[in-house]
Amino acid sequence: MRWLAQLRMRIQMLFQRGQAGARLDDELRFHLEQQIAENIAAGMSAEEARFAALRAFGNPTLLRDQARATWSWTWLELLLRDVQYGVRTLARTPGFAAIAILVMALCIGASTSLFTVVRSVLLRPLPFRDPERLVMVYERYRMNQFPIEYNAVSPGDYYDWREQTNGFEDMAAWEWWSQYNLSGEHADLPEAIHAGAGTANFFPLLGVQPALGRTFTEAEDHWGADTVMLTWSLFERRFGADPAILGKQIHLDAKPYTVVGVLPKGFTYPDAKVQLWVPYQSIVQPNYIHHHAYHQTRVVARMKAGVSLAEAIAQVSMVQHRLHVEYPNLAVCEGVTPRTLNDDLARDVKKPLILLMCAVACMLLIGCLNVANLLVARGAARQKEVAIRGALGAQRLKLIREQLTESLLICCAGGVAGVLLSLAATRWIAHAWKDLPSAAGVHVDGAVLVFACALVFVTALLAGLLPAISSTRKAVLATLRATSRTMGGGLSRTALRKGLLTVEIAVTVVLLIAAGLLLKNFLRLWTTDLGCATDHVLTMTYSLPKLKYDTPEKIIAFHESLLGRLAAIPGVQAVGLGETVPGTGEVENDIFTIPEHPPRKPGEEMLDALVRRADPGYFNALEIPLLSGRFFTRQDTSDHEHPDRGNKVIINQEFARRQFPGENPVGKHLQVPLWTDAKFEIAGVVGNTLHQVNAPVRPTMYFPALSGSNQDGTLVVRTASEPLMFSIPVQKQIAALDPELPVSNVLTMRQIIGESLGNVSLLATLVLAFAVLSLVLASVGLYGVLSYLMTQRTTELGIRIALGAQRAQVLQMVLLDGLRPALFGLGFGLVASMGASRLIRSMLYGTQPLDPAVFAAVAVTLLLVAAAACMVPAWRASRLDPMQALRTE
Amino acid sequence: MGKPNDLVQGTLDLLILKTVSLGAMHGWAIAKRIQQVSGEVLQVQQGSLYPALHRLEQQGWIKAKCAESETGRQAKFYTLTAAGRGQLEKETTNWNRLSAAIDLIVTEA
Repeated sequence: MRWLAQLRMRIQMLFQRGQAGARLDDELRFHLEQQIAENIAAGMSAEEARFAALRAFGNPTLLRDQARATWSWTWLELLLRDVQYGVRTLARTPGFAAIAILVMALCIGASTSLFTVVRSVLLRPLPFRDPERLVMVYERYRMNQFPIEYNAVSPGDYYDWREQTNGFEDMAAWEWWSQYNLSGEHADLPEAIHAGAGTANFFPLLGVQPALGRTFTEAEDHWGADTVMLTWSLFERRFGADPAILGKQIHLDAKPYTVVGVLPKGFTYPDAKVQLWVPYQSIVQPNYIHHHAYHQTRVVARMKAGVSLAEAIAQVSMVQHRLHVEYPNLAVCEGVTPRTLNDDLARDVKKPLILLMCAVACMLLIGCLNVANLLVARGAARQKEVAIRGALGAQRLKLIREQLTESLLICCAGGVAGVLLSLAATRWIAHAWKDLPSAAGVHVDGAVLVFACALVFVTALLAGLLPAISSTRKAVLATLRATSRTMGGGLSRTALRKGLLTVEIAVTVVLLIAAGLLLKNFLRLWTTDLGCATDHVLTMTYSLPKLKYDTPEKIIAFHESLLGRLAAIPGVQAVGLGETVPGTGEVENDIFTIPEHPPRKPGEEMLDALVRRADPGYFNALEIPLLSGRFFTRQDTSDHEHPDRGNKVIINQEFARRQFPGENPVGKHLQVPLWTDAKFEIAGVVGNTLHQVNAPVRPTMYFPALSGSNQDGTLVVRTASEPLMFSIPVQKQIAALDPELPVSNVLTMRQIIGESLGNVSLLATLVLAFAVLSLVLASVGLYGVLSYLMTQRTTELGIRIALGAQRAQVLQMVLLDGLRPALFGLGFGLVASMGASRLIRSMLYGTQPLDPAVFAAVAVTLLLVAAAACMVPAWRASRLDPMQALRTE
Repeated sequence: MGKPNDLVQGTLDLLILKTVSLGAMHGWAIAKRIQQVSGEVLQVQQGSLYPALHRLEQQGWIKAKCAESETGRQAKFYTLTAAGRGQLEKETTNWNRLSAAIDLIVTEA
């Protein structure tokens, strides 16, 4: 029962502390009264009795404190007292408190947001069985004009690897499928949906159990397969989460598929856009399934226990090399490279995330330094108080604790505000950052809150410890002796503040330069000339379902009648049809040979070019200039089956420059070994366009789009006015031809560029925001230090002026004093930036890491801001009235 | 006066427990009783009783109750709890062992 009594005691002590204190006082008083009464009874005078009683008793105040110290919760009481004290001191300077809390809120908020993103993107384990044992296996292709380290795998390679090696537990293949037109059994709304195609062992290999139904079987994995698995989000959104959908049919591109299973909720691999899965071979045409140069497939492998990754990869590499030697004239890669699944998913965002993390850490450091700086200033103002308390016997630890409490209070308040801020900021980042894998999974959770709490304590310690130690270190006597008239009193304190400030400014310079480089990079990219019309161009894509458009004639008829209808819309200047437009990425590339040229020697690089398709109006619609020869005509085809029908190809200037230097390419021929032996006659040469804004021009070959073999099309509509105004009329014309055909990616050329640069601009914006904030913090710090210095030197300056110093001299002296740490900081910062900018080199396409303009601009900006921050206190100093200054104590 | 005369550290607890075990008592009376019973040998600094009393109370060995004192004033009376009784026995045994041991050494030597 003792613990019960103790517990009761504890509760009583927690909630009735004041009462217990009063009772203790009363108890002690009673004792003394009794003793006095006894002494009086023994014949002492009242006075004498009192003294005797006190003598026998001891020091009542001390004993009272000792008794209190035995109570529970004493630590809490002490903490509360410290907190109360801290709150009171902070409340006395609300301006300081508000600034400090705001600074910490911004810094902690930004760090927490970024940590949330990093955690969910880089650190959170994938929802698979033993995800750390999963690797992606890519092909390595260096024998090419444009070497690729992580090339997609050919189906034939994959099957050979799986058959001929045993270093991995298993290997599975999957492929992106750009889109299906999903419709129900009845005339439901058609919807364009991204899909994945996986082998039967794909889900078992990942260790994913379907939430409903089953995964694919080996027998279902064939061309023409008609089974499908839904992701949970599609199941919920489109089918109302009704399990009755199992075994029912849905229509993909107008072909019925049976739903065999539903994937669990957390399964968003490879990203959330993929909404359903079909068997792997159902999307790979039978003539390609054992091909070795049809690079479309991703391979994921599970490592075997006891076999190292290097051993397993060496086995696969050997098989691949054999294939490479076996097919010297095809684009068969010569080796393989692995990459962990996590790295594979985060490949595009890892570096930017790390960069942002560094930027935020810098900002956090500056925030801490700033608060530390402010605290040092306050410490200076309270120097005497601290010294007196020290002289009276206050423990140094207690004084440090008190000051730490203050910085802890600031950081806690800032932390709470920061976490609230980061809730909003995190949602915004997840929304604004397009490439972020598992963006849906980005949210604040327990671990993030723990991180925020840890951050609060670290920052509190960082910001509070230095000022606390420095302000309590002072020799008591020296401090007490120093009057406000002594000039040298605060020198060491000032040196500390200037040191902090130098670091602050150096870090700010690094941030500013990184931001400047990224910003310049973005601006360069944004204003890049794509080589084609970008204003007043509307694009949209569609995909004709194979079942309905089963002959080339039907496909051509649709394309042609659509183009005819669009051209007739008033305000439309030109229309064209292609497979894609500039600025959308590689999309498709292939190797080629030129029959007129000597054959490739073994070991020589393969010739490689981007593959594009264009109708006769495509170049005109995009205003891509014709340099020689002619555009396509209606009669040009690229019919693989009928090589005699006059196949034509158009190449770009880069292609001509590389392959036909000093020759006229028109009339020469190309062969694409992957397709057929047929020769394509070069009909014309057109101007260069960029397939990607931040990549160099690549050789490109255009094939006729109206050949009847391709269902996918990108419409290009050049208009006289705002292009988006035409999106409805164009879609109406499409619906008039085929009401079931969904249209997607309705975008202007400007939007396509903007979207491809979205992440570049986001990164630049974020880093710039951090840098500007740091600059503001640093200038506030500079201003604060100098103002403090001025008040300290008021008397000295008064004497100088009284003795005849010119005001201009005083101004100069003070200004230089303030600018010195800025100059030092700038110097250190510039040197550090030279190193730091090299680290972000790979993210800079449009600029050099040592761009002199950026460095100069940052230096000038920093000096101007620093001068402005110093100007106010310096000017004030030069206007000092000597009489008043001398009177100031 | 400083430290209580020859009062071994921790013995004060035993003295208090023993004293309180005789019946409810307030602080002054406890101090008085320790002085009287020990024949004025143990001169406890009276005030040092209180931290000890509070510590014992926190540990649940004694408990306090407000009641009227002989002079008609409200005072805090301490009584031994059941747990305290056990503790007293333990400490008494300890003390006996210790003092016997010391006694042995002192008389033998």
